[in-house]
Amino acid sequence: MTDLSDPSAAPVATLGGATPSAPTSRASGGGLGRYIIVRALLIIPTVFILVTVVFFAMRATGDPITAALGGRLTPAQLQERIEAAGYDRPLFVQYLEYLGGVLRGDFGSTISDNRPVTEVLLTYGGATLELAIYALLVAFLVGIPLGLIAAARRDRPADAALRLFAILCYATPVFFAGLLLKLVFAVWLDLLPVAGRASTSTELELAFLPDATGIYLIDAIRTGSGEAIGDVLQHAVLPSIALGLLTAGVFLRLVRTNVIGTLSMDYIDAARSRGVSEPRLVRTHAWRPALIPIITVIGLQIALLLGGAVLTETTFEWRGLGFQLAEYLQARDFVAVQGIVALLAVIVAITNFLVDVVAALIDPRVRY
Amino acid sequence: MTTVLRIDSLGVSFATDAGAVKAVDDVSLEVARGEVLAIVGESGSGKTVTAKSILGLLPETATANGVVMLSSRDGQSEHDVVAMSGPALREVRGRDAAMVFQEPSTALNPVFTVGWQLIEGLRAHGVPRKRARERAIEILGTVGIPDPEERIDHYPHQFSGGQKQRIVIAMALVLEPGLIVADEPTTALDVTVQAEILDLLRRCRDEFGAGIVLITHNMGVVADLADRVAVMYQGRVIEQADVRTLFSAPQTEYTRALLDAVPYVGHGRSAAAARAAARTGEWSTSAALVEASGLEVTYPGRLGRHGFHAVRGVDLSIRAGEVLGLVGESGSGKSTIGRAIAGLTRVTGGSLRVLDHELNGVREREFRAVRSRIGFVFQDPASSFDPRRTIADAVAEPFLIHGRAEHPGDARAQVDELLEAVQLPRAYGDRFPFELSGGQRQRASLARALALRPELLIADEPTSALDVSVQARVLELFAELQREFGFACLFISHDLAVVDLVADRIAVLHRGELVEVGTSAEVLGDPREPYTQRLLASLPVPDPVAQAERRETLRALRDAER
Amino acid sequence: MLIAGLVITGVFLLTALLAPLLAPYGFDQLRADGEAFGAQRPPSAEHLLGTTVGGYDVLSRVLWGAQTAVLVIIVAIALSIVVGVLLGLVSGYLGGWLDRVLVVVCDAIYAFPSLLLAILMSIVISGGQSSLWGGLLAAAISITVVFIPQYFRVVRSEVVRVKAEAFVESAKVLGAPAGRIMLRSVLPNATRTLPLIVTLNASEAILTLAGLGFLGFGIEPTAAAEWGYDLNKALSDVTSGIWWTSMFPGLAIVLAVLGITLVGESLNDLADPRLRGRRRAGVSSGAVAETSVAAEATPASAVAENAAGSTAAPAREDDLR
Repeated sequence: MTDLSDPSAAPVATLGGATPSAPTSRASGGGLGRYIIVRALLIIPTVFILVTVVFFAMRATGDPITAALGGRLTPAQLQERIEAAGYDRPLFVQYLEYLGGVLRGDFGSTISDNRPVTEVLLTYGGATLELAIYALLVAFLVGIPLGLIAAARRDRPADAALRLFAILCYATPVFFAGLLLKLVFAVWLDLLPVAGRASTSTELELAFLPDATGIYLIDAIRTGSGEAIGDVLQHAVLPSIALGLLTAGVFLRLVRTNVIGTLSMDYIDAARSRGVSEPRLVRTHAWRPALIPIITVIGLQIALLLGGAVLTETTFEWRGLGFQLAEYLQARDFVAVQGIVALLAVIVAITNFLVDVVAALIDPRVRY
Repeated sequence: MTTVLRIDSLGVSFATDAGAVKAVDDVSLEVARGEVLAIVGESGSGKTVTAKSILGLLPETATANGVVMLSSRDGQSEHDVVAMSGPALREVRGRDAAMVFQEPSTALNPVFTVGWQLIEGLRAHGVPRKRARERAIEILGTVGIPDPEERIDHYPHQFSGGQKQRIVIAMALVLEPGLIVADEPTTALDVTVQAEILDLLRRCRDEFGAGIVLITHNMGVVADLADRVAVMYQGRVIEQADVRTLFSAPQTEYTRALLDAVPYVGHGRSAAAARAAARTGEWSTSAALVEASGLEVTYPGRLGRHGFHAVRGVDLSIRAGEVLGLVGESGSGKSTIGRAIAGLTRVTGGSLRVLDHELNGVREREFRAVRSRIGFVFQDPASSFDPRRTIADAVAEPFLIHGRAEHPGDARAQVDELLEAVQLPRAYGDRFPFELSGGQRQRASLARALALRPELLIADEPTSALDVSVQARVLELFAELQREFGFACLFISHDLAVVDLVADRIAVLHRGELVEVGTSAEVLGDPREPYTQRLLASLPVPDPVAQAERRETLRALRDAER
Repeated sequence: MLIAGLVITGVFLLTALLAPLLAPYGFDQLRADGEAFGAQRPPSAEHLLGTTVGGYDVLSRVLWGAQTAVLVIIVAIALSIVVGVLLGLVSGYLGGWLDRVLVVVCDAIYAFPSLLLAILMSIVISGGQSSLWGGLLAAAISITVVFIPQYFRVVRSEVVRVKAEAFVESAKVLGAPAGRIMLRSVLPNATRTLPLIVTLNASEAILTLAGLGFLGFGIEPTAAAEWGYDLNKALSDVTSGIWWTSMFPGLAIVLAVLGITLVGESLNDLADPRLRGRRRAGVSSGAVAETSVAAEATPASAVAENAAGSTAAPAREDDLR
């Protein structure tokens, strides 16, 4: 009689909820289409809340012109610029105007170099996307197999070692991991480049490519020059590992916990009683049900990855959004900061939505 | 007859923090082809551990010794499961012996189609993919899944509970093993579904010639299906006999007590008649404590989905000092009605008057004072007490809430009295809930519910989590307290025999609607509605001879419905 | 694992406490006996771990940094626990629209990169400036804002679970007012995962503080020693092969986080249904033997059945709690 009788449970709790151990139980009739629509609608309040928080947080310190240029201009000049930018009007009016801009896809323009924030995104977004994809690749390739091994060898030495590895991955700040990697592989062993996305000659070559994507590997492949491809890849190795290992540690734990959870279910014993082999029990029978909560939580790791990207890019002078954000922070250009952060909020909300849809696609209880 | 399973002095112990604990001790059993051996016993008797060791499914913390000899179906080879591991053990599992689990909804992997899971077992034994699929479709048809060609590609959640159990049985049958181990195969199911699954298991024996080890605590199920019975107690087999002998002439004291404790429909009638005779004519015209008319409870649906109608248009009443038994299968809305009367669930339609207060649209503040006149006993003894507080504290809680005591200590005298009334030693007041057994906790729960001498008690499946012998004593205590305190009671249960023991009148619910209501004698002795008739006929009685007859009646009823 | 974690954490805490005694120099000391330390000196007898690009003694900065980290952790966790637990309790118990709004807000913040959020907050609080207490508080409050949603989520889901348990419903049936139920029945039973979250957050607090420092939002070197800031300054050293300026503050972070995380993992293991199940079985075996005065003697082997069942069905074991 525990049927559907928790009327107070808010729908969002099941939608965004990440309960790692139990396979999700969001199915009670209704189709995938409906789920996707409801989940998509949830993006709106999420983005709205974040944009609002960011706006008021940034304005709480005063107007951005004074923050950025105070001390460099005379008070009269400052006042002139403040009035020109409309920062002297009531905060709420500015807020509504800002919201309107966001709705049209206008996140404002930077103060220090007067570029639209969206243009900053287009210029540097590719670099961050490229780094994030490499890092995710490392995280998946390292985290998932090792997590499965740890779950299968639970409480044995291999498991203990892997758990320690996962904790170390998590405990090492991504910038310190980056510094160590640089020191060992770039400075001492001189195997890989110290920083940057490509050597200067390659950068030049790629810059003059028509319709450059900003994703260097694609651009390099399009030039057809093996040298350029190699150069780009060499530069990507250390940052990808630094950022990837951080996420790999999280994935390893996540996979281990969830697979151990499903391994204790009756259906595993049932499959075992039919003669299914142990490795297959872990790899298939336990892995698939565990995948649904895993994917949901992976969605939440996008935030970790983006935060880590800011630090990794700074460490390796990887000219992406995060590196740019750090620059604007140094310049105290809070309009740029506000714009980039708000934009990232939109990206996070949309990725989380996509991840949840993927999780739902895998779950037959939602699909049918 | 050939032997498919021979267990010789099996012992199993578990490593625990408190040292090794022996769960199974010197157990020897044999099962012949085409024979159903029931292993009965209460929780902790070691029956499930015995069943698991037949397939080598014990957890890593367990160590087994002795011999569990499985014969292959053709009788050509024998394997000792205790001595086997790895690939050899896998080979035997599913081919020589297979398992049917208690809870069909957890025994099926939710993210794979049932066909995939069936084929997986076949492929593990080297059946080629195409042949495996044909065989899977065939076996689904055999166990009574309609349209197996289509349904094979469905996921578990697309089947009903009974169908899921059929699929679990299909998975056990698919390689035609000589032995099927069924661990409480019907415990999670409603009685009407239980009867169907028992029929299916009978076919496994008769048509497939499989030997069956049936693990159960339900003597009705034993009487229905078993050929031979082994009674387990404290890890040992204390008695073994063929089923008729066991029921007619039990040898050991324990078996006799166990059989006596099983409620039997029809045994409660004399008590109810005595109570009825003691009532005066005025009683029947007195105002009812609970009066529901057209009662509706709908749980809101999520995000614009349709709500769930748990209770639709129910009329019923409970008068002072009367015990109304509310029976129904899962999802019938019986618990919801109990919760609505206690003000735990909002009434969404119709009228529900409890102790002269209309509950449709009531505010908690107005109702709070009335709560001192209502007691509630919950189903699950494990969670009905705050694990962090002593029993005395919990039983004193009603006095504190309603301002009859300032401090738990002030109410200690009353608490002691109450504990005595429910036959718990006073010293138990200072214990924590986890230090009490399930039955003791239900007694304490009764003490708490009766603390303020309520006029109305709601008991929601108070004994369904207990072993039979414990249940018998709690029910006895309940009857005694009811005589002494004279409260009216809504007694909710899925078990007709239990309700029969305590109720004056019985109301039968089906899918949120009231099917039939009347005195126990009327409803159980001469049910008018087909649903009640089927419910009653589905309930296996703990008597193999009588049960064989009832099976025929049920078959006739089912045929008539078709 | 627990012991290793406790030892490391203990050393970390002691270092923080005794930093003034252990450190050979002050964290902002540039010269001793009137003579400047000099910048980027390799490890030597005077400077066991060398000196930084700014001319500070690395060892002293590392030791003093522990103090900063501990202060920030304590303030951040104390603040976020109070607010998060309170919100989670009320929201989870009362439900309704307040609950829904809070859940959406907290989910939105939870999904957002915590480092960026911390940066935003530190701009708000201190405008990016930093004195000792100003900087410390700014860092701590920035981290608090990140953590509140975590406590909220954890406590709320526990409250929703506990709320459905029979003993809470029993209090409701008895007519106990909502406040009494929340404080007496729900809250004490909804905090079992808090120690775990606290350790997780403590380690996350160190990482976030270091991240802030690394991006230049840390505490000025004259106000306090902060590992992330030192790593930021060491960034360019690495390229020229100067390793001691980054290695030691980095290792300090790793060790501190490692120790606390190990403690947290061990706590998690103790809450593991399987291990807990075995433990429970032991406890109830003792109890059963004593209580068998009552008629319903539970056979001692019930204990073993519990132990066997706990691996197969952790849910049932859960119910025994």
